[in-house]
Amino acid sequence: MSLPGSEILNIKNLSKVYSKNDAKALNDVSLTINSGEFVSVIGPSGAGKSTLLRCINRMVDATQGEVIFDGQNITTIKGKALRRVRTSIGMIFQNYNLVERLSVLENVLHGRLGHKSTFAGSLGLYTEAEKKDAFDILDTLGLIKHAYKRCDELSGGQKQRVGIARALMQNPKLILCDEPIASLDPNSSKVIMDHLLQINETMGITCIVNLHQVDFALRYAGRIIGINEGTVIYDGSSQAIDEQHLADIYRSDQEDPPHQSAQATYINEVVAFEMVAHA
Amino acid sequence: MPDKSTGSDKDKGITILGRRKISIGFVILVLLILMELASRATDFSIANGLASIPTAFVWMGTHLLPTTQSFSNLPTILSALWQTILMALAATVLAAICALFFSLMGARTVSPNAIIARATRIVAAFFRNIPDVVWTIILLFSFGQNMLTGIITLFFTTFGMLTRYFVEVIDEVCEESAEALSATGASFFQIFAQGIYPSTIPEVINWTLFMVETNIRDATLIGILTATGIGYVFNLFYTRMDFASCGLVIISLAVIIISLELTSGRIKRVVV
Repeated sequence: MSLPGSEILNIKNLSKVYSKNDAKALNDVSLTINSGEFVSVIGPSGAGKSTLLRCINRMVDATQGEVIFDGQNITTIKGKALRRVRTSIGMIFQNYNLVERLSVLENVLHGRLGHKSTFAGSLGLYTEAEKKDAFDILDTLGLIKHAYKRCDELSGGQKQRVGIARALMQNPKLILCDEPIASLDPNSSKVIMDHLLQINETMGITCIVNLHQVDFALRYAGRIIGINEGTVIYDGSSQAIDEQHLADIYRSDQEDPPHQSAQATYINEVVAFEMVAHA
Repeated sequence: MPDKSTGSDKDKGITILGRRKISIGFVILVLLILMELASRATDFSIANGLASIPTAFVWMGTHLLPTTQSFSNLPTILSALWQTILMALAATVLAAICALFFSLMGARTVSPNAIIARATRIVAAFFRNIPDVVWTIILLFSFGQNMLTGIITLFFTTFGMLTRYFVEVIDEVCEESAEALSATGASFFQIFAQGIYPSTIPEVINWTLFMVETNIRDATLIGILTATGIGYVFNLFYTRMDFASCGLVIISLAVIIISLELTSGRIKRVVV
């Protein structure tokens, strides 16, 4: 286990081009992330947030640059070695990405697949200890009474908690969250973000969270990485970020003056909605 | 959103709608002209065609109704029908198993390699797009007039169809969950067994049952060419001008297919 504060992820000059004619999805991104950090990546749609996250666990292969995770260069590893690295990186998705026709418990246990033999994993032969772990995790996330329900019976917020449980089941060092609350209402969003923060604080798991909602990012993350058109615009503490930084992060090349105000209106709406929801 | 609908925007909306109406009218006009030209070229008159429908029904009513005498052929018909059903079942099940394997290669979300995926889809399209009658005629040369020719024909077309359906189902249903499973470090077989199989099984059963139904119909037609099953029996009665027995064949086919449809409907409801 890496010590808190030690370097867990080092991204060096990462670039990604999807097809020759397209602009770079990532342009020479270099980042160092320490163990135990709660980092939020913000930026407009299409800025490269998802690509950055998927380059870290190699769901997307970078065109250039290196990814060093927990002291190991994982840029070109393949097959079994890659699967082993992925077991220590959890991932949470905007659309939850559960196997909807299976039960909550089965979905949570999927987090163990990478640790098991192909045979045992394929047949779903989990040990008693693994099942006990799954129930413990479901208990912490308040899902214990839904354990045997099929995932398609759950609400969005509950599904995302199953997603978190599946990631925790991996016993990860790092959790990547790709827009975890983009499809949720403000109340469920708060529940999910609270859980992520709790996981980060109590278990010391590093979290990198892509967010659309600036207010959530500022409230939860200690560190903000602002991306626009594949380039890191801002990288620093969430306290130090100001209006000008946000304007730079969300600027667009097209003449689009209402954009900034639209973002501001959106933030106000969310805050207003939350106040109503809490009242 | 500020209200921006000024007068000019409204006008634009109206002209777009108007243009759409004109284009629909134009398409209908072109179709009518084509129909007129085609019926002149083929000496087809719609009026005569419509007028002969009642006569056709009268003929069917008088000739195709089974008589008591034709019921003596029932054992022959039923055993031939059974043969045809088994032929369709054998071909469909075999094709479904192969198609499931090939669709894993062909589906973008799980395929090991983009070139393999494309090649698989091209092979499937090849088998699918050659009509079964053509397959039969070609295969008759190598295998002769027997059950095997029919089974191979049905296998080829069903394999082509099911591979395509399964590829679509996998890409549609499993893209996200397969991504999540591979992000946990799961291997290909684990992703298949724990993600793709449970997510797609209702659709796989659905399409396979559908293909069983169509294959019983197609096996009848193929049977005429390969001299097997219900198609052969039908052809025999037909050339003997024993139309009452032909009618009995049609009725028993219809009964089988409808009851199959009802059963598969029930199966589908259980599996969802």
